Amino acid sequence: MLNRQQAPDFKQVSNIKFIHPQKQVLDNGVPVYTIYSGEQDLVRIEFIFDNVNWNLEKPLQAIAVSALINNGTNQLSAREIAEKIDFYGAFFQTEYVQDQSSVTLYTLNKHLHSVLPVVKDVLAESQFPQHELDIYIQNQKQKLQVNLKKNDILSRKEFANALFGDTAYGVNIKAAHYDALQREDLLDYFKAAYAPNNCTIVISGKFDDAGFKLLNDFFGRDWEKSDAIKNNFSFTPTEKKVLYTEKPDALQSAIRIGQLAINRKHEDFCGLQVLNTILGGYFGSRLMNNIREDKGYTYGIGSGISSLQQAGYLFIATEVGADVCSAALTEIYKEIELLKNEPVGAEELDLVRNYMLGSMLGSLENVFSHADKFKNIYFAGLDYDYYTRYIEKVKTITAEELLVMANKYLTTENFIEVVIGKK
Amino acid sequence: MVDFNRFTLANGLKVLVHEDATTPMAVLNILYDVGARDEDPEKTGFAHLFEHLMFGGSINIPSYDEPLQRVGGENNAFTSNDITNYYITLPAENIETAFWLESDRMLSLAFSEKSLDTQRNVVSEEFKQRYLNQPYGDVWLKLRPLAYQKHAYRWATIGKELSHIENATMDDVKSFFKKHYTPQNAILVVGGNVKTADVKKLAEKWFEPIPAGEKYNRNLVQEDPQTEARKETVKANVPLNAIYMAFKMPGRLSGDYYAFDLLSDILSRGQSSRLYNSLLKEQQLFSDINAYISSSLDPGLFIIEGKLVKGITVEAAEKAIWAELEKLKTELVSETELTKVKNKVESVLVFSEMNLLDKAMNLAYYELLGDAAILNSETEEFLKVNAEDIKRISDETFNPKSSSTLYYLTEENA
Repeated sequence: MLNRQQAPDFKQVSNIKFIHPQKQVLDNGVPVYTIYSGEQDLVRIEFIFDNVNWNLEKPLQAIAVSALINNGTNQLSAREIAEKIDFYGAFFQTEYVQDQSSVTLYTLNKHLHSVLPVVKDVLAESQFPQHELDIYIQNQKQKLQVNLKKNDILSRKEFANALFGDTAYGVNIKAAHYDALQREDLLDYFKAAYAPNNCTIVISGKFDDAGFKLLNDFFGRDWEKSDAIKNNFSFTPTEKKVLYTEKPDALQSAIRIGQLAINRKHEDFCGLQVLNTILGGYFGSRLMNNIREDKGYTYGIGSGISSLQQAGYLFIATEVGADVCSAALTEIYKEIELLKNEPVGAEELDLVRNYMLGSMLGSLENVFSHADKFKNIYFAGLDYDYYTRYIEKVKTITAEELLVMANKYLTTENFIEVVIGKK
Repeated sequence: MVDFNRFTLANGLKVLVHEDATTPMAVLNILYDVGARDEDPEKTGFAHLFEHLMFGGSINIPSYDEPLQRVGGENNAFTSNDITNYYITLPAENIETAFWLESDRMLSLAFSEKSLDTQRNVVSEEFKQRYLNQPYGDVWLKLRPLAYQKHAYRWATIGKELSHIENATMDDVKSFFKKHYTPQNAILVVGGNVKTADVKKLAEKWFEPIPAGEKYNRNLVQEDPQTEARKETVKANVPLNAIYMAFKMPGRLSGDYYAFDLLSDILSRGQSSRLYNSLLKEQQLFSDINAYISSSLDPGLFIIEGKLVKGITVEAAEKAIWAELEKLKTELVSETELTKVKNKVESVLVFSEMNLLDKAMNLAYYELLGDAAILNSETEEFLKVNAEDIKRISDETFNPKSSSTLYYLTEENA
């Protein structure tokens, strides 16, 4: 007779394999890291540039360049660029994040030679036509207006600004910043940042010697160098601040609280990730169990640690019913106090270890995810030993270490507390 | 190409297996053939609320999530107007835990009052977070009842109103479970680093003892053909005027489905598309414009939506959309343009095979459509579409008399 009350046997994940990249260098010195897989006839090529020359007077320079880089070159109009990429079923994506800007091409192998020249044209000769800039300014200001009606977005902006002030990590973008955008500023930034000596190429998928030769033909020459200065910020530790914006009509309040912490380079980072997972890093976390599954105050609540190149921070975020906002805050702080005062029980800690190891294994599902894992360490100046240490720490961290960690990093007396809505 | 093996258990549960030895993970995906369209019009939002309750413990296992997390797994689920889909990903060597958990809640839930109380609140907060406390968040709550008058698609999966969720009772929960959560109403897909023979043994062990239950025969009221233009204007505390246009189109199993999918791509896929270039870039009428299809099993909707540039009247914006639609009705799309959208579709299908969970979900969905093998012949179906097809379906579809138009205006504009 089948005993359905008895859980089947299981094993803790023991073997997690990381695919290391092969390094090559283009003729002009651009490093190329390739994670190879022959499973599908496709490839992803990422051109990654450090953000540079931070200028508070022009906080949108890098963001606007990233958005408009494919909107016209000397040879091609915005539409022609899009037509060429789309015709070959390729995808051209640009992304701006706090530390880097990237241009990513996804294509089937059979079309690589047709789409690479377009990417080269864009990266070396983008022109930022004035009429494209005008349309961008008009439409971005409208998007901003919509976003400013979203409590969650308001809480993110306010929280980042409280932690990071007027740096690229924290500046509060307003409509006037869009109005002030000048074509010359975009061209300057483009020349400074999108240069071979500021570029790293990360490739994942089916990419062989012929592919590399093609890449070298296009990007290994005829691409001007620059002398830009990589952004460099320093921050003072967070001090307690309560930032409340009342929205009389709000049905829900957005809560975002937290403080500066450490980034991936710090020896405590792996341990802090375990602590974060217990607090609010997975569906079974203490915050979810208490505030969603027990009290029903919210659709979701979570915590996270974010690792930037020059800072790290931890945060707890949720949207809760306006009538239970204060109660939710009380419960959040209660859960933090518990972590600081009582050791995590063995059963919970075992569960979290297994969950995190399974989650790490699952996050390596294809060649793109292996490349993402490489970028995490490479741009933090780390090597694959980081993952060995991470796995070891997840397997062996003790309740006592977590208690120390909680008291060191969850110092709520220094928290920034942002609430948008009603308390 | 997504290979699979298939068998059916004695109780009617269909099982598909996709072997993929390149991953150390496994996925167990189960699709129940029930969605918001199967709800009582006075108890809407119930299929989705029920999905939440599926995580509140089953007859033999008090907690669903915890034992799964303990073996390194994760899970989630979603409800649409047509289906409810649950999935687990976990290290392949622990796959039996997924069978144990998933089969027990098909056997019977615990029907805990505490879980019902909590999830009523959680879903109410979800309703607020996603539909009520966002600019334009309630659009589908307005647009569905405008486009559908009889069919159950006239309400969204979240439900018509908060009170329907707040009033759900345990009796409702029990009868819904009995009616819809039976083996013959489900499709199980196991994918990843597994072998079909092992999956078969596990399926027979854990799922086959579950009673077949009664077959649910769907008999939905269908929509009458629409013969009059429908218009509605709402005003709300939003910063920009917006327009939403919905046209009736055939269901997912229609032979024309692929042509409709390509038609929406011609209009709005990427920065080379027609609406983006004509209406956003050249005429600068919209700051945001999109076209897409609802891909529903019963006759669905072809949607065009956009946010207007300040100073543009909604009438002028609507007229410009119609001008683009008229072009499709009178001029054949060029071979180049058609090839472009076909190439994109081909590429998307190849890239989608990178993801194990997507593959498993797709197999389950296509099996529901009639045969999982359809998944592997889709590219050919797209390639068959020609310029005349696009013109013909445009002509049949983009007719003012079968359109539903919603003006969503700022308060000062109303």
